[in-house]
Amino acid sequence: MIEVLSNAALATIQDQGRQGYLRYGVGTSGAMDRVALAVGNLLLGNPDDAAGIEIPLFPFRVRFTEDVAFALTGADCSARLGKRPVLPWWTLQAKKDDVLTIGVPASGARCYLLLKGGVDVPIVLGSRSTQLRGEFGGFLGRQLQKGDVIQAAAVESAYTEKEGDAAGFGVTPPSWTLGGLETSPVANPADTVVRVLPAAEYEAYEQDSIEAFWRESWKVTPQSDRYGYRLGGPVLNSKRPVEMRSHGIVPGVIQVPPSGQPIIQLRDAQPSGGYPKIGTVIEADLWRLAQARIGSKLRFVQTNYEEAVDALDELDRYMTKLRHLVGLHRGDRP
Amino acid sequence: MTSIDSDQKPRISLLGTSAMLFEAPGELDLRTQRRIWALGQRAATWEGIREAVPGMSNLMLTFDRPPRQPASLAAALNDAWAEAEELSLEGKTVVLPVQYGGDFGPHLSDVVAHTGLPVDEIVALHSEPLYTVYALGSHPGYCYLGGMDPRIAAPRRKVPVLGLPGGAVSIGGVQTGVSASAGPSGWNTIGHTDMSFFDPARTNPAMLAPGDMIRFRVERVVR
Repeated sequence: MIEVLSNAALATIQDQGRQGYLRYGVGTSGAMDRVALAVGNLLLGNPDDAAGIEIPLFPFRVRFTEDVAFALTGADCSARLGKRPVLPWWTLQAKKDDVLTIGVPASGARCYLLLKGGVDVPIVLGSRSTQLRGEFGGFLGRQLQKGDVIQAAAVESAYTEKEGDAAGFGVTPPSWTLGGLETSPVANPADTVVRVLPAAEYEAYEQDSIEAFWRESWKVTPQSDRYGYRLGGPVLNSKRPVEMRSHGIVPGVIQVPPSGQPIIQLRDAQPSGGYPKIGTVIEADLWRLAQARIGSKLRFVQTNYEEAVDALDELDRYMTKLRHLVGLHRGDRP
Repeated sequence: MTSIDSDQKPRISLLGTSAMLFEAPGELDLRTQRRIWALGQRAATWEGIREAVPGMSNLMLTFDRPPRQPASLAAALNDAWAEAEELSLEGKTVVLPVQYGGDFGPHLSDVVAHTGLPVDEIVALHSEPLYTVYALGSHPGYCYLGGMDPRIAAPRRKVPVLGLPGGAVSIGGVQTGVSASAGPSGWNTIGHTDMSFFDPARTNPAMLAPGDMIRFRVERVVR
C-alpha cells in the first residue's frame, strides 16, 4: 500500500493507546498527539481506534503502491504529493506510484500520516500501538525502516468519491480552534504553554523552587522523546531528599530526579516510578506538549482539577463538532 | 510528606485527571502488600475504574472518565482499606542464576560506596532471601520484589541511565528487581540474569504474577 522511501528513524505505528495492561508493566504507548491522530481518522471516515504513522523526523518520503486516500495532521509540514502541495490537516486521494514527501515542519514536532481504513497491523494486547520497550505491537514491534511496506486495512467503500473531490478537504488545526493559554508573566509566543496540576510531592519543594517552576521557561533538551521530555532550567530543590516507593504513574506526570531537572513522562514512559512528582501536565494538554520541539521552551500554568476535567470536555466538544462538520461534507448522517 | 513510613493514615493523591494513587501507611512488608492486593481486587470492580494497578504498598486506580467528585472515590478507598483483609496469593517459585558485578553490574561499586559493605557481603545479602513478587510495573513483565535486606539499600541514581540491557538485577532505594528488556533505569544495576519474563502473544502475558517467589542463585561474582 505504501513503501517507506526514507530512513524512517523514530517513525512508529500508533493508535489511541493500549489500555488495561498497566498491571503487567505495559504502558499505554499510543500517539503523542492523540488529537491529531483522531482528526486524521475523522477526515478519512476511519474507526476511532484506527492506527496511523507518527513521524517525528523529516523529511519523510513514501511511495503509494495502490490508489488510496490519506490524511496528514499534526505538525505543519510542507508536504508534497508529487509536485503538488498538500495542506496540513487535509485529506487527499493518492494514485498508485505517487510519492508523498513530508518536509521539515514550519511549526510543531510530529506529523501523522493516516491511510483510509487505518494501518493494518495485528492487534496485540488490545492495540496496534508500537510497544518499543517490549518490542511488540505496531510494525513488528519496532520503528519503521526504509523499504518497509505498510498495508491499509480493506474498507467497504460506503463512501464513493464525488465530483470535485480531487482538491480534497481539511479542517482548521486544534491550536486555532482551542487557542493558546495565558500565563503570567506573559510567555514568549514561541513557547508551548500547558496546564499543570500540582502533584503529591509538590509541597516537598522549596518555595523558591516552586515559584521558579511556574515562572521560568523550561527547555526541551535533546534527550527528549516518546518516553519523556527531559527539561532544562533552574534546579528544583526539595526540602529533604525524597525517596518514594514505586507506584503507578501516567503520561504527563512531571518527576523530579535528584538532579533537580524535571522529566515529563510521556506515552512510552514506564507505567510506574519512584521519583517525586511536582505536577502533572493535564491530559487535555498532552497534544500541545507532543508538538513542542527539541530546543523549544515550555511554560507551565497552574490549574485545578475542575478546570482540568472541563478542558477534557472542551476537547470532546471540539471533536464532536468536527465529526459533525466532516459528516456534513461527506453527506453522511453525522 | 517526605517520609511516608511514619504516617498512620493512607495518603491519597490525584495523577492529573487520569488516575488516583492510594499509598498505604506503615512499613513496606508482605502483610501490607497482601492488603493492597485485596484492595486492588475490590476497587477493580468499581464503576468508572479502568484498571487497579498495585505498586509497592500502594495502588493506582486509572479512570475510564475522570470522576467529577474525586473526594467520594478517595473516601471509598479509605473505607475499603479499613476493611481490607490480607489476601494470600500462593504462587510459584523461580530460581534465577545471577552474575554479579562486571560489565553487567556497573553500579555494584556504587552500592559498595553507599553501604560501606564489601562486594561479597552485598552479594550474600542480596541472594539470601526468598523474594515475593509484590507488583509488576516499570516495563512489560518487570517484577517489583519485596524482602530485600535494608542493609544493602542504595538511593536511586541522580540521573537515570539510558540503554541498560535486559535481565539487569538492580537496587533502587529499599527495593530490588530484574529488568525484563533493555531500556533506561534510575536504579543501581548490580548483576545480570537470563530469563524471559513476558510473552505478548499470551492473554496473560507476564510470566510472573504478584505472590510468586524469586530466589537469586549466585552464578559468578566479577570484582
